[in-house]
Amino acid sequence: MASPIEQFQIKPIIPAIGFTNSSLFMVGAAALIVGGLMFASRKRAVVPGRSQSIAEMLHEFVAGTLKDATGAEGMKFFPLVFSLFMFVLTANLLGMIPGFFTVTSHVIVTFALALLVISTIVIYGFMKHGTHFLGLFVPSGVPGWLLPFIVVIEIISFLSRPISLSLRLFANMLAGHIALKVFAGFVVSLLAAGGAFAFLAPLPLLMAVALMAFEFLVAFLQAYVFTVLTCIYLNDALHPGH
Amino acid sequence: MDPVAFKYLGAGLACIGMGLAAMGVGNIFGNFLSGALRNPSAADGQFARAFIGAALAEGLGIFCLVVALVLLFT
Repeated sequence: MASPIEQFQIKPIIPAIGFTNSSLFMVGAAALIVGGLMFASRKRAVVPGRSQSIAEMLHEFVAGTLKDATGAEGMKFFPLVFSLFMFVLTANLLGMIPGFFTVTSHVIVTFALALLVISTIVIYGFMKHGTHFLGLFVPSGVPGWLLPFIVVIEIISFLSRPISLSLRLFANMLAGHIALKVFAGFVVSLLAAGGAFAFLAPLPLLMAVALMAFEFLVAFLQAYVFTVLTCIYLNDALHPGH
Repeated sequence: MDPVAFKYLGAGLACIGMGLAAMGVGNIFGNFLSGALRNPSAADGQFARAFIGAALAEGLGIFCLVVALVLLFT
């Protein structure tokens, strides 16, 4: 029986340019988003049809999340946040199709996305506020003797943001897919054991179905959490100093 | 005992942290629900905040999972 982590293996498709199955699904996700949104907005009707309302709902959802966290001036980051949300969501949901590769179950992909977010924040924060951006590490209203410790804690918490942002998405997708494979493996081994054990085989199958439904929830939720945390971190770049 | 056995023991011990993270996430959603039942009209506005708290609490449990996976597969 195949090992539960075999599904995450990266196989080269065109070795000459380093094109792997991971790259294929990344290109697929991007093409699906661009194609889907262009198809949905082809008519640009005042009264939206079915596909156009879905695109508008996605737009309103992300725009509302961004505006709640950063206010009106954060809206210039809307293209970045919307692309991140759509890419993570599409990659997660594509991975739920049996046999498909989950791009976001590789830490290097999610870490690249998190690093993009954090470097945007650092570069924009220094461009807009200069050295005042460092006020992010000095909360106001802290007694003087406590300040050195607070500053150290704030710096550590800032440095751990890209790590926790990427690990959360990666580990959620990884753990979910491993759990699905493990329960599917129970069905096979129970059937292989034969006799009375074969009658127990539907039980892990039911569990796998329930887990599948749960994984769809997690796929959406983690895309949302990634977006919300991106918005909150962007808010730090826009309004440093607590 | 041989080092491989300790590796698996360490991976098992790392998973205790995931149980503690589960308690944290349950605590957040339990309190959110009890607050939401008292004042349902204010619940929708705090929904995103509950998820942020859950995501932050869960992230610490995820670190334990990563430690366990690193111990098992490297």
